[in-house]
Amino acid sequence: MRARRPPVAKADYYRGVRTAPYDLLKELAIATIAMLAVVLVLSAILSSPDVPSATIQSWARSEPVDFVTTAASELAGQSTTAQYGPPYNDGSGSVQSLGPIAPQQWAGVHVAVNAPLDYVLEPLSQATVGDQTLASALSTFNAATATQQQGWLTAYIQALGGATVVNSQVVVASGDYGPVPTLMSRLLGLARTGGLDALLLTSDHFYQTDYSKPLLFLADGGYFPGLAQAQDLTGSQWGMMNETGRYPGQAWLWLYTLWYQIPPFNSASNADLLVVLVMTVLSLGLLLIPFIPGLRDIPRWIPIHRLIWRKHYAELAHRRR
Amino acid sequence: MSEAGEAGSHPDGAATEPGWTAAVRDRLSRRLTVEELLPTRQPSYVGSWVYVFGVVTIAALVWVVASGCVLAFMGSAWWHTSSLGHFFNSIHFWSVQMFFIFMVLHLWGQYWGAGWRDGRAATWMVGVVIFLFSIVTAFTGYLVQQNFDSQWIAVNAKDAVNSTGLGGFFNVLNFGQMYGLHVMLLPIGVTLLAVLHILQVRSRGVVRPIGDPYVAEPTAPGEPLP
Repeated sequence: MRARRPPVAKADYYRGVRTAPYDLLKELAIATIAMLAVVLVLSAILSSPDVPSATIQSWARSEPVDFVTTAASELAGQSTTAQYGPPYNDGSGSVQSLGPIAPQQWAGVHVAVNAPLDYVLEPLSQATVGDQTLASALSTFNAATATQQQGWLTAYIQALGGATVVNSQVVVASGDYGPVPTLMSRLLGLARTGGLDALLLTSDHFYQTDYSKPLLFLADGGYFPGLAQAQDLTGSQWGMMNETGRYPGQAWLWLYTLWYQIPPFNSASNADLLVVLVMTVLSLGLLLIPFIPGLRDIPRWIPIHRLIWRKHYAELAHRRR
Repeated sequence: MSEAGEAGSHPDGAATEPGWTAAVRDRLSRRLTVEELLPTRQPSYVGSWVYVFGVVTIAALVWVVASGCVLAFMGSAWWHTSSLGHFFNSIHFWSVQMFFIFMVLHLWGQYWGAGWRDGRAATWMVGVVIFLFSIVTAFTGYLVQQNFDSQWIAVNAKDAVNSTGLGGFFNVLNFGQMYGLHVMLLPIGVTLLAVLHILQVRSRGVVRPIGDPYVAEPTAPGEPLP
């Protein structure tokens, strides 16, 4: 079943083949109208999913302790994003490689994210107007040594384990936290108003379409994955091909998603890279089937073609008799 | 290059005018005549149901593009605030689902019929590229819905893209980049590839059924019949 053969004139190629009238454009027109009818019916009956997006404001209002814990870990440089690595920063927490193959490291930083500055210190510095307490807390924090800052933050993050919410404020047991409780209280207040959603998008441009920073911040907390878990969208729930509600989602990603459910991929620290490599090889295999002995011969070995051309083979057999 | 080398030729091999334009025109006219592009007769085996899948895939693509044009024209937020907009989004959504269902059926049909035989490998390969391109196009569509699905898919997909080193250049968290790709570059790519695929099919004609080789076919000693 070779793919390449010497060119043959069509008249020779179709010699002995019976032809029948065929109206290509009529068939296409009927198919197009029928398809419109089908999608109109499906749209009218089943609609389409549109669960509202999560915001930092909804996060701060729904789960203030989780918000403050995440913000404190951003400030301490301990969050997933703060330690991620390329393309966001120089960390190594989420860098994947396969032996000496490390394309993520090779590519370097292209979407720079400085978690302490971008998520806490810069937004707060823009909110100091008319708030001397906040300005003073920021000055104290910035003037402290790195060791002192980490000491305050570590103690505060530990205390957040027993935090309560009183009058929309996160309250922890007394301790030596320096200015951190003031910073976090102000950041929570800013987030509750929706101001932090806007501040994370600001830069030196007026128009903004890049949501990298707020999305990474949301992903670092427990609120956002919790919403996804409730919608059966996490990785262990075949999340990449699912979508909210009872809709088919990206069913065509089933093979890609499958690998994440089985060993060794489901326990590998470089699972993403491994799955991408496997899918690249499989895609190349699909592309090059006409040139791969064995794969290209399967259609001859398993005679499904006898069903496809059932009438034609019956006619051939009749003619031979 | 000599003048003779640049000369175009008639289908019977006779040279016509010199130049690139004449050469391309003559080559195109040899590869695909109007009669082949819009045939009124086809081999009788084309009556099989398997050939319907390709046409229905094109029909679905028509409504994917048409509904997508309406959504693009009205703006990315329209369908979240208007019931008519949501209905158009539903048409887009279900057209895409139909497009993939019938494209996969078409792909399987061509695989089990070994549609790449007799010099049609390029047709198969362009079809596979359309399939892969369509997956990326649909993926970017999910990323630009501006709802929870978009957020969650973006956050999860970033790790796979980042692991390849492409995360800084194909940033799934960047709505502007994904929107541009989804409404402009990728649909144009899919549509142009689909047109190329159709022209390939019309130019070569439909492959003969397995085990029914054409009589003029040269077969090397020991080589199995197609």
